[in-house]
Amino acid sequence: MRLSTRPLAAAIALAALAGPLGACGSDSGGGGGGASAPGVTKTQITLGGHFPLTGPAAPGYSEIPQAIDAYFKSVNAAGGVNGRKLKFISRDDGYNPANTVKVTKQLVLQDKVFGLLGGLGTPTHSKVVDFLNASRVPDLFVASGCLCWDEPGKHPWTFGWQPDYYVEGKVLGQHIAQQFKGKKVAYFLQNDDFGDDGAKGLDKFVPAAQVVTRQTYEPGNTDIGPQMAKIKASGAEVIASFSIPAYTALVKLAGVKLNYDPTLVVSNVGSDPTTLTGLLKSFSKGKAGGSLIEGIVSDTYLPPTGDTSNSWIKLFKGIHDKYIPKLPWDGNVLYGMSLAYTFVQALDKAGANPTRQGIVDALEAGGLKGPGLVPFRFSKDSHAGYTGVQVGTIKDGNLAVTGKPLTSDDADAPNEPYTQTQPEAPANGIPGGS
Amino acid sequence: MATEVETSVRPRSTPRRMLDQTLVRHLAIALAAGLALYLLSQSLSAFDNLQLATMAYYFVAVAGLTVLTGLNGQISLGHGALMAIGAYTAAKLLEGPAWPLALVLVVSTVVTAVAGVLAGAAAARLRGPYLAGATLALAVGLPSIADKFPGFLGAANGISVTPPIPPGSLGATFPLERWQAWITCLAAVIVYVLLANLVRSRFGRSFRAVRDSEVAAELAGLHVARTQVLAFVVSAACAGLAGGLFVVVTQLAAPGAFPLALSVALLTGVILGGLGSLMGAVWGAAALVLIPTWSDDLSKSLSLSTNVQANLALAVYGVVLIAVMLAAPGGLQAAVDRAAGAVTGALRTSNRSRGSGPRLEEEKET
Repeated sequence: MRLSTRPLAAAIALAALAGPLGACGSDSGGGGGGASAPGVTKTQITLGGHFPLTGPAAPGYSEIPQAIDAYFKSVNAAGGVNGRKLKFISRDDGYNPANTVKVTKQLVLQDKVFGLLGGLGTPTHSKVVDFLNASRVPDLFVASGCLCWDEPGKHPWTFGWQPDYYVEGKVLGQHIAQQFKGKKVAYFLQNDDFGDDGAKGLDKFVPAAQVVTRQTYEPGNTDIGPQMAKIKASGAEVIASFSIPAYTALVKLAGVKLNYDPTLVVSNVGSDPTTLTGLLKSFSKGKAGGSLIEGIVSDTYLPPTGDTSNSWIKLFKGIHDKYIPKLPWDGNVLYGMSLAYTFVQALDKAGANPTRQGIVDALEAGGLKGPGLVPFRFSKDSHAGYTGVQVGTIKDGNLAVTGKPLTSDDADAPNEPYTQTQPEAPANGIPGGS
Repeated sequence: MATEVETSVRPRSTPRRMLDQTLVRHLAIALAAGLALYLLSQSLSAFDNLQLATMAYYFVAVAGLTVLTGLNGQISLGHGALMAIGAYTAAKLLEGPAWPLALVLVVSTVVTAVAGVLAGAAAARLRGPYLAGATLALAVGLPSIADKFPGFLGAANGISVTPPIPPGSLGATFPLERWQAWITCLAAVIVYVLLANLVRSRFGRSFRAVRDSEVAAELAGLHVARTQVLAFVVSAACAGLAGGLFVVVTQLAAPGAFPLALSVALLTGVILGGLGSLMGAVWGAAALVLIPTWSDDLSKSLSLSTNVQANLALAVYGVVLIAVMLAAPGGLQAAVDRAAGAVTGALRTSNRSRGSGPRLEEEKET
């Protein structure tokens, strides 16, 4: 009679259930006096984001929230923004969209954040965009290059930050068309918006006759042997790859196995040299390493991490060494800090008493000058981030950029060189010099 | 209270009367639970209502699985995939013409039950680790089918639907999260009544007979394979409804939402609550939702580095599981039963103002 349902037990169960839940419900959140918006008090502004801190997507990406937090700490040490300290809550979604929904609602409803910053991933973040916009919560600088963040009519509270994969594809496509004229090209694409948008951009410039095969992979399935065998059989001399770091490393390792070494052209998100070297070492159990990534062609919209003469790299490397010295100094850390810098700049522009509408207005007013090599597209009509990228080649473990950064749009415009010089980082590391 | 416990032990006079009593009793419990949940949802914050709704759909899935595993002895590591079937069915239906939500949920239950017939027919031929392996394949393979139909099932990005809108009669400011909690809790209470009656009926007895000894059950005239398929279908239907409710709560159906970890978590809920116990399924569902949240808050309050913090939550979760299994090997419901027995025993003792005799009797009873 295990299934006997005694009313007493039921009553105890319900009472026990109600107790802790009720206790959770009574917390007051982050309101308080002097508040101009939820998450804003006289002394503090609370922001949050969802990131894969555990699970398969965590390596590399889990550094981003720590880098955001480190930059905020450096701003707080200098007095904060208009007297308010910045607090950043990162919650783990394990790259599972169901968890993204849960933790995002937790951030908004329970932690009462002012806004989201750097919510990571396309399949994850796309599930909370409607909720955030319906709740009128600023959804700033989504950490993904999907074109779908730039819909100011439908999603007025959502802003992208990094260049979208379409623009990136256009610039890499032009590079392939010019530098590898007439050579056979294979595409290796992640089987979702990331790969699709990238391929559309590539197709704008790479002549269709040159593309000999298009292979896709499913993130999660690490056996890419069949795809690589087909690419080798096609005789491709160049592989254009829109892949996350783990799959870029797998392409290189599969090449070693097949004794096949074509030129690899990889999207920015899949080409961070430090992350790739670590992955290659761990996948091959130490047999392969950094030498394999030499010669990979990629692109960047931030100064390369190895460019120690750059004022931004000096600034962010200094913050890294002070606040998060245990993390590797790599593209993920640079990414998080640059994104946090852009936010602080927008917050400063939003005035002494920032409101949720205020920060959206500040972004739409444009004029942000961040660590990027190219300008932002932010305006009333565009919520897209950086307008372009600069192509480079990995040499001695660092991306060595060549030529000028190219800017483009999400339609048919040609890629234009961007000739203005990158602004210098502020001496105290805080935008607006406050 | 003491008399209640006694009546449940006392043999009933006629089968007819017993059925009536059982049904009335389950309906009374359901009514009380419904009222308690209603009051609870009124007092909870928006996020906690969402947690309550999550608990409710976990309960539906865990209750279905506890009937299969606890009462019929079939193990399934594939219930996450069955939830995916229910969720995708609901998402596709909610995308299209404006069907009433109740109908959508019924259809996702039925569709998953049909899938359960297929899976159950295969499962009835397999035993022990082979059955676990086959259902494991379901959990690993099924969600990736979405990748093969990017147009219809949305590939890795999945399908997003609009949230259920609370009826206007509840007022313009009625929170969405409370409405979601109401829908899911109502479904959970209905499932509770249906399952509680099922397990006390002829079917429940044949489930148990097949679990205890297939040979004996067959000699007694039971069709073993048919009973096993039936148990699987009931269980799959619950998983399908849970999947539909999942869409009501999260507004999404995506492969990433139904990882192998979900299937394992459901089984964890069954064992944590108490194998074969419906009340245990309540505990199990509550544990699945609350322990990760609490361990997350706990590790967050400890100002550790982010990497340690993120993984500490998982470690705390594991430690709690081990601790519960050590302290209450029969699951949380067995512990509650024992505690309730001790309380009633103590009450009886004080009434009769005697020593510790009756408490020993209680121990023996359980």
